[in-house]
Parts: sequence; structure tokens; C-alpha cells
Amino acid sequence: MLSYSLKRLLQAIPTMLIVITIAFFLMRVAPGGPFDGERALPPEIEANLNAAYHLDEPLPQQYLRYLGNLLQGDFGPSFKYKDFTVTELILQGFPVSLEIGGLAILLALVIGLPLGIAAALRRNSAIDYAVMGTALAGIAVPNFVVAPLLALVFGVLLGWLPAGGWNGGALPNLVLPVLALSIQQIAYIARMMRASMIEVLGSHYIRTARAKGLSERLVVWRHAIRPALMPVVSYLGPAVAGIITGSVVIEQIFGIPGIGRYFVQGALNRDYTLVMGTVVFYGALIVLLNLVVDLIYSALDPQIRYDD
Amino acid sequence: MFTPRLAVGPLLLASTCLALPAGAETLDIGVTGELASFDTSQVSGGIWESQILMDVYEGLVKKGPDGEILPGMATSWEVSEDGLTYTFHLREDAAWSDGEPVTAEDFVFGWRHLLDPANASKYAYMLYPVVGAEAVNTGQQPPEALGVAARDDGRTFEVTLESPTPYFTQLLTHYTAYPAPKHAFDAHGKDYVDLDHIVTNGAFTPEAWVSQSHISVQRNPEYYDADAVALDGVTYHTIEDRNAGVSRFRAGELDIMREYSSSMYELLREQLPDATHMSTYLGSYYYVFNHREGHPTTDPQVREALSLATRREVISEQIMGGTFQPALSFVPDGIDHYRVQEMALEGDMDARMARARALLEDAGYGPDTPLHLRLRYNTTDEHKKIAVAMAAMWRPLGVEVEMINAEATVHYQTIAEGDFDIARAGWIADYNDAENFLTLLRSGVGNNYGAYADPEYDALLDRAAETLDLDERQQLLQQAEALAMDDHALIPMLYYVSRNLVNPALDGWEDNIEDDHPSRWVHFAE
Repeated sequence: MLSYSLKRLLQAIPTMLIVITIAFFLMRVAPGGPFDGERALPPEIEANLNAAYHLDEPLPQQYLRYLGNLLQGDFGPSFKYKDFTVTELILQGFPVSLEIGGLAILLALVIGLPLGIAAALRRNSAIDYAVMGTALAGIAVPNFVVAPLLALVFGVLLGWLPAGGWNGGALPNLVLPVLALSIQQIAYIARMMRASMIEVLGSHYIRTARAKGLSERLVVWRHAIRPALMPVVSYLGPAVAGIITGSVVIEQIFGIPGIGRYFVQGALNRDYTLVMGTVVFYGALIVLLNLVVDLIYSALDPQIRYDD
Repeated sequence: MFTPRLAVGPLLLASTCLALPAGAETLDIGVTGELASFDTSQVSGGIWESQILMDVYEGLVKKGPDGEILPGMATSWEVSEDGLTYTFHLREDAAWSDGEPVTAEDFVFGWRHLLDPANASKYAYMLYPVVGAEAVNTGQQPPEALGVAARDDGRTFEVTLESPTPYFTQLLTHYTAYPAPKHAFDAHGKDYVDLDHIVTNGAFTPEAWVSQSHISVQRNPEYYDADAVALDGVTYHTIEDRNAGVSRFRAGELDIMREYSSSMYELLREQLPDATHMSTYLGSYYYVFNHREGHPTTDPQVREALSLATRREVISEQIMGGTFQPALSFVPDGIDHYRVQEMALEGDMDARMARARALLEDAGYGPDTPLHLRLRYNTTDEHKKIAVAMAAMWRPLGVEVEMINAEATVHYQTIAEGDFDIARAGWIADYNDAENFLTLLRSGVGNNYGAYADPEYDALLDRAAETLDLDERQQLLQQAEALAMDDHALIPMLYYVSRNLVNPALDGWEDNIEDDHPSRWVHFAE
């Protein structure tokens, strides 16, 4: 398994290179540069800026320079947040995003999985309809509606929790953003778990298990849940990567210093180095999490083996 | 922690406390963006940035609560008769937060640092009135060629200007004119603004910075007027979602929320009348006409017709809910030493529309040959609403408007290249002087998006730039604006207003036209 993992990681290198190359040139193709704004800069000042950030060099040279720096682990300085390097911004913001996103995923699993299982076991009952109805609402209502509502109700009207702010990650400041982030995930996971549970419960080996007289409890716990988890696990790979890299909406509404905003703002500001930094980071995370998913697969399903 | 409760409406009864030492009076301000750097040569120009920088640094002069210019690091200064040499006498007790004295050398160093091409400062041009500044900034001259000097053992700072610049003391309030600690730079190089060893000379000094969350500053005990500073510290919370900022203000987490969104104005005025501030501001919202060859807007009749059909009150009152003021002049009302020159739009709306129709007909446009305009605006709800309204106002004249929107970066690049007939633009003054606006119509200037060019206009501005007498200069500038308004060089539409939520329990906050509010004047009422 170790050598399999190593092989997968090595295979990821060309993928990452392609991602980096596409992102680098796409960003340069986008109209406007990092120093264009409401005010046109005097040409001599623009020349100073371009020289300071090597933007006056031919593009291929800039590309090679970027790759060279990247190999040394240097993402470069941010064009916008000048007192920080891109590495510093990501290192400062990622733990925050990871904490909020990790808690949200955990909450989503703890609530979503049992709800999905319960709904599948009592198919077409009141519980099923209630769970699926709520889940549908959870998916349909976007988090830019949920988040301000939560802040208004619990922060302003009731005053139980802070309406925003990070405050070093104090528990009261965590509750609303985690909740806002997890609602949609709970809904997705519950629906997915229900669907896959229903499919598994209708399969031949469950019928066989029931026929040999196993209790329903044992059938569900020992034979149904594990295979039913497979689609959820494969969903979780990219979903976790997406969530722990922050959500721009949640971060802006609750004032959380995560890295989600950099994906959007970096692109809007044409902060080339920041965009590249987030792309590389996100790409690496996806590669890593997909590998983890595959390893969990083999743990869940003995038929899947990654031989050397 | 002083947690103010606003006694306005049941919504505000609840409030959240943050853990802070008892008795500490800290001001929590919501600002709408992130500071680019504590190195003033690296600042990107946001309003929020000047708020933070003016709290931690102080230039030769400083601003009072009402925006008035007061002596700062300099206690007095003289101007030579030809208006070219300024001699500033620095205060004896001026010190950096590490106790080192602030000397003229720090100003010399700071200004050279700003103009050093290697530092690529975006706002370096603010100091271009100083002798040699432009040559230094473009690398044609060494930093030593800059017209600044430290004399009398560092107690006197002398500046020589290229030409008399009547608004020079206004420029000195800008962060580009702050000193930089030479001793700290000598010790740490470019990293001298790292929070571990940053030194500042303002009323406050930085303590913590969590990017995208907050910056905290504490009172600077070395500040010459530290005893008069009431607050123990200030925390600037980065708040990008303005509606979220309002929620946090209502929850009592913020004492001041800068630049709340205009769409919330009516609701806030109703629910928090004592806290909701709105005031005239040094900003102009206008539509640029393209004066380049081949565009219909080169015809003055077309320009006048479009301006005549623009109902500014409808935009300001009905569309923007009173959060802009209707404007008939390019220079906003309220600028020092200036009377705005409004364009003449006589008669009621029916008469104006009739005249607009006649003008367009004269220009050769009619039902069979409709005027087709490409209108560009940068993507925000506000600009979109206004653009849609403008198109609707022009439609009765038979004008067909094609609306094109793009994010700000693309928008400004496109209009600078001249690819439009009409485009939205806005300008917030860098300093309180009419010249800052009027120069945008000077031929060949970078921000003259429409490429307007009128030799007579340029000549008036040139003469104003050399005139020392303030009244005479005012007349010249006013003539220039009147000329541009008569020529319908652009469509002045709206004056900006400043919008702030301020806890009524705060004293020392005064609305002012520059919307500058140094925290050192603010304190909680007893």
C-alpha cells in the first residue's frame, strides 16, 4: 500500500504541472493586470511596479522563474497584501479554514449519516418524508441566505452568539459559521446515504443474509452500512478538499480569516502569485484526498486491493 | 471591555462581550478592506488604509476631528515669498514608539524611500510637486537629487517645490508624506514594518495583525500628546460583507462601522437614527464621454442632449434612496476655497426634453437614424441600477443604449483604451482641492478616460498652478470648470456621501468632507 501511495503521488507530478501551466497562462490572458484599478497610474509608476514584480520580462521567462521559485517552495510575495508572502497567507489562513471546514464535515457526517440510514430503513414513512423534505430545503437554500439569517437571529436578535469575528477561534465564534457551512453538507450526505442504503438493502446478498435468519439489526450493521458508505466516501474526497479550503461566502459574512476568499479575491485583483499559490495548494490537496479516499475504499471493500 | 449598548429599539438589547482587561477602553472599528502594508510606500489607496495609517503615523501636519489641518510633527513652518520653499520646524518631543526622536532625517529618508523606483510605490506621484521627485522616481536621478534637506541637527526640514503648489499643506496630510524611521530601516532593512519590531510615531502603535481578521493597535506612550489620547487601543476589523458589518454593529461588537452599504441607509435611519451618519464627501460620480475621433459623443450637441435628459434627482432619491446627492458640477460641493460651477440646465423636464430632441435632430439623429451608444460600467448593483435608469431616460429621445459591464479591473483598462461611447467613472479626492478633480480633464492625463482636450482649459489650469494668490487661483480654477461644463465635457451626475455607523456613546467623532476620523480624538462619553 505504501508503494502504491508513492506511485500515485509521483503520478500526480505531471498532473500538477499541467494545472500550474494552465492556471499561469490563463491568469495572464485575463484582461487587466494587478495594478489596474479605478485610477490609471502614471506610466513611469507602472513601469516601476512591473519591474519590481518582473512583469516586464517575456512571459516564458516569467513562467520559468515561477517554476524555479516553486521548486524551492517559494510562492512569491502577494501583489496585494504586501506585508505577507503567499506562503504566509496560506499558512495563516489554512488552519482556520481547516478547523471550520473539518468541524462542519464532522457535524455533517454525525447528523447526515444517521438521518439517511433512518430514512432508508423507514422508506416512505413520515420520518423519511420529514428528513428528505428538510434535506431538500437544506440543499435549495444557499449559504449566502442561511449565514446572514443565522447571524441576525442568534447574533443580533437573541444575542446568544457573536454575529461575526474570529476572536482567535473561540468556541462561541465557531458555532454559527460551522452550522452555516454544514447545513448543505448534512442535506447532501443524508440524501446520498438514503439512496445508496436503499439500493444495498434491495441487493441479493442482503436477501441472503435475511434468509439465513440474521436479525435485522445485524443485517443493517454488518452487511448494509459498509457498502452503502462507498458513494458517500467518494463524494467526501473532493467535498472535504472544497470545504477545508474555505468558503468565501461564510468567511466574508462572519469575518473569518480563512483562505477561501483568496481564490476569489486573488483572481479579481489579478494577484497572480496569490492565485497560483491557491491553485497549487488546492490541487495538491485534491490529489492527496483522492488518494485517501482510495485507501478508505480498500478498507471498506475487501475486493478492492491495491497491489504493487 | 467597554461594550456600548445602543438604547434604540429592542433589537439591540443583546450584546456580546469579548474578553479584555477590565477598564481598558478599546474602540472597535469595522473597515471594509485589508491594509496592504504598514510601509506607506506600499499602500494601495483604500479609504480604510488611511484610517489605520493616520492612527499610527503622523506627518508634518495632522487632521483635527473636523478635518482641519493642525500642526503635527512640525510645530510651525514658513513659506518663501515665491511659494517654492517650505521650512518646517519639528517639535522637540517628537519620538518614535521605541523612544528614538523623530528627526528631519526621517522625513528625508521616508520621502526618498517612497520615490525610490525599486520600491514601486503606487502613490509616489503625490510627491511629484517636490523638486526632482519625478526624476528620482523614474530612475533618472539618484535619491539625493530630491529637493528635501535636514538642517539644524535634524530639527528643521526644508522642502523645495518645482512650482508653487497652493495645496501643498493638504498633500502633507496624505500618508505618502509621512516620515519613515531611518534607524529601524538601518537595523532591519525592508522588513522594518514587521510587527515584531515596527516603530511608529502616531498616537497608536501596531500590536497584532491577523490577515483578513483584524489589526490591533495600542496607545503609543512615546507620542508627544499621549496624555490627551483617551483610548487604550483600537481594533480595526476587516469586514468585506458590509451587511454583515451592520449586523455586527447592531450586536454591539463594533463601535464604528465605516462605509455601510447605501442600500441599508433607509432601514438604518429608521432603526438606528442616532447612530446613522451620512455626510457630504469629496467624491464625484460621473459619466465619461469619449472625445476620440469616430464616436458620436464628439458632437457637443449630442453631449448636451444626453445631459439634458439626465434626471439626477430621480437617480439620487428614487434609485439610490438618498445616498448620493444630485450633481450639476464635476467638482463636488464643499471643497476648500472653491465655488462649484454648475452646468446650466434651464427649464422644466418637458422643456429640457424638447430641447434635447431638437439638439439630436440637428446632430442628424432621428427615428430612422437612431443614436446608438455603447455604455460601459463596472459590475456592481449600484452602477447597474444607475446605468439602466440612464438608458431609460435617454430612450424617449430615441437613443439606443448597448450596456456592457465588466469587473473593475477590466472596465478601467477598456475605457482607458477608448473602447466605449459613454462610461461610468468615479473619483474620490486625494486631498481637499478642486485641482484634484479638474486635472482629470487635462489633455494627456492618465485618468482622462475620454481623452478630452481643450487648449483653453489646459491653459487655465497651467496658470492656476503658477498662481500664488489663493483668490486669483480660485477664479482660474472656477473658469476652467465653467468652460468644461459649458462644453459638456462629461456628465456630472452625483456627489458621493460618506456613510458611517457611529455608536452614539462616542464623543469626538465629527462628520467631515474628507471623511477622515483620527481615533485619537474619539472617546467614550463619561
